[in-house]
Amino acid sequence: MAIRTAEQLHDYLSAFDELRARTQDQPRWLRERREQAFAEFFEKGFPTTKDEDWRFTNISLIAKTHFRTAGEARKEVSPERLAEYRVPGAACQLVLVNGVFSAELSDLGNLPAGVEVTSLSQAITAQGEALARHLGTCVNIHRDAFSALNTAFIEKGAYVYVPRRTVLAGPICLLFVSVPGDSPEITQLRNLILAEEQTEASVVEDYVTLGSGVGFSNVVTELVAGENATISHYLIERESKSAINVSTLAMRQARNANLSSHSVLLGGRLVRNNVHPVLAGDGGECLINGLFIGSGTQHMDNYMLVEHASPHSSSRQFYNGILDDHSHGVFHGRIIVHRDAQKTDAKQTNRNLLLSDHAQVDTKPQLEIYADDVKCTHGATIGQVEENALFYLRSRGIDEDSARRLLLLAFANECLERMKNQPIRDYLKNAVQHWLPVRSSHNTMANELARTWEEVG
Amino acid sequence: MTLLEIRNLHANVNGHEILKGVDLAIKVGEVHSIMGPNGSGKSTLAQVLARRETYEITDGEVLLNGKNLLEMKPEEAASEGVFMAFQYPVEIPGISNAYFLRAALNATRKYRGQEELDAIDFLPFLKEKMRLLDMDERFLNRAVNEGFSGGEKKRNEIVQMAVLEPRLAILDETDSGLDIDALRVVARGVNTMRSQERSILLITHYQRLLNYIVPDYVHVLVDGRIVKSGGPELALALEEKGYSWTEAETIRAAG
Ligand SMILES: Nc1ncnc2c1ncn2[C@@H]1O[C@H](COP(=O)(O)OP(=O)(O)OP(=O)(O)O)[C@@H](O)[C@H]1O
Ligand SMILES: [Mg+2]
Repeated sequence: MAIRTAEQLHDYLSAFDELRARTQDQPRWLRERREQAFAEFFEKGFPTTKDEDWRFTNISLIAKTHFRTAGEARKEVSPERLAEYRVPGAACQLVLVNGVFSAELSDLGNLPAGVEVTSLSQAITAQGEALARHLGTCVNIHRDAFSALNTAFIEKGAYVYVPRRTVLAGPICLLFVSVPGDSPEITQLRNLILAEEQTEASVVEDYVTLGSGVGFSNVVTELVAGENATISHYLIERESKSAINVSTLAMRQARNANLSSHSVLLGGRLVRNNVHPVLAGDGGECLINGLFIGSGTQHMDNYMLVEHASPHSSSRQFYNGILDDHSHGVFHGRIIVHRDAQKTDAKQTNRNLLLSDHAQVDTKPQLEIYADDVKCTHGATIGQVEENALFYLRSRGIDEDSARRLLLLAFANECLERMKNQPIRDYLKNAVQHWLPVRSSHNTMANELARTWEEVG
Repeated sequence: MTLLEIRNLHANVNGHEILKGVDLAIKVGEVHSIMGPNGSGKSTLAQVLARRETYEITDGEVLLNGKNLLEMKPEEAASEGVFMAFQYPVEIPGISNAYFLRAALNATRKYRGQEELDAIDFLPFLKEKMRLLDMDERFLNRAVNEGFSGGEKKRNEIVQMAVLEPRLAILDETDSGLDIDALRVVARGVNTMRSQERSILLITHYQRLLNYIVPDYVHVLVDGRIVKSGGPELALALEEKGYSWTEAETIRAAG
């Protein structure tokens, strides 16, 4: 049964009324999609842990909290403050503050002809037709309350369009800065990435918080890849440790398209990361790669739903988790092989390191196979830093803290090495080590190791 | 001058006594060999000296250069000059050989108050050591021992020893699993390291290694005790007559 307390649903209802009144002149298809989605959300409410998809994650914190819609906060953000979030070698960086596009903070670089990186609201005005065709077609608002809620509030977010045969070496970076006020605030972010046939590009979604307020980012990204497109998507969740982030990446890929989804979860108090590729064309390939590092009381739930819908497609899932203190990680890997998807080759691996007796991980494979000629494998491990390896490093003179840290970096590196885009890989290798649990403060060698990380591996 | 002095060493693992009173003294510059049947405690002794914490010391003492070795952590023992080549070297995915070795060398240098080496100074030094062991340069960037063959792992241990230049090198069955060519290469590496300032403890089952690295003393460890000591000729006698011969002698001596 859904949680229903009149007040918090009322918050969403009044916010929706406000949006409806404000967007009367927007295209009808969009208004209708919003109405339908809101009705869906309002009827079903939020899920509970009795719902199989939410078994390991209790979201009553979200259901019970009164969230205000985050407002304009551009003035509170200086370009200097964002310097650390710039990825060297990026093709461009689109900056949205509380969901609102800022031209001054963004650097749109010199994008090749025809490539568009804009705010979604600009795109709704300028690219109505393309949006009508794709927006809302990858997500299932009937199954997922958060996607329904997000669809009801489609307005803020980013739009990326890569025209036919375009190849981009540097990543397209989308920076979502949350600047919550004194009371909890929600930002609904809706992104659409359209990559036509034979394109090659990387798109990075980076979520950060400024200040100490409580922010809830409810995100849906739809990625549509044409034939033979090679597209990598990167999610970096490094909001503050009081932030809530629920995000869904829904991907649809045509024949021979090659997609990869890389998720790096570092921040946030309650994080749910849904990745949902549909391999809809023959010979599609999909890599779903992720790293989550939790400490304190962080809760990080990775919910994979990989759908093989046509023959000869292959998917690879690799998720590594490092959990310290009282943190809780989840890896729920669902693979659905439809009846016609013969010769599917699906593989799933989840490896976890628990650094404390109180840390917890739930890992659950779920295979639903309706075709008969398929290859599906899955495996999960939960362990500690290996004593043998630790002793080996220490016996060569490396102190215990540094040895431990080095092994954690190596474990994280397994995921980072799967990232083909070098600027973002290098950037993340550096960023990740600031989030690794540190055992003690008198750790001088760890800094030395941090500096020379490029040599590792 | 005595580098290592082991007196009446008793060690347990999981409540089982493995070392039952080992006495051994090694002077600076000497090469000693320990032989003994499977399960007699050779690796246990090596790991206790490298300070593995899974072994509980119940009696006895070990002095390294006059300092209490048993109070040291593994990294301290390493920095004080103890090096153990593992019988089963550990694979460490995700960390390159080159990075690992420089981190290790710098950790020990720092401990001794020496300046740390940067990558530019370290690389030629490491390459030279690898040449000595006939290790291809591609091993520099491979993850530590990952996917190495048995022989490559053993040679990699000796590369590490050559880089770290220990005062006491303990080689736990480094010769096992090597073909004759690889054995020659490893022996050449060890002999190059043999010096007046360095002591070496060779743990082996086979006399064949001792043809290449001729020890000053040979000891026989049986059931957690050194039951016989002698010169290199003892290894030959063991090869011929087997360990039961020493056991019989011990029993006769005791009876
Ligand atoms: N961690 C452990 N737990 C239980 N028993 C152990 C452990 N480590 C060693 N032992 C036991 O201690 C005894 C001595 O082992 P050790 O490895 O020292 O023998 P060894 O002389 O090196 O033998 P080998 O020639 O086969 O290498 C063996 O009986 C072994 O099973
Ligand atoms: Mg042994």
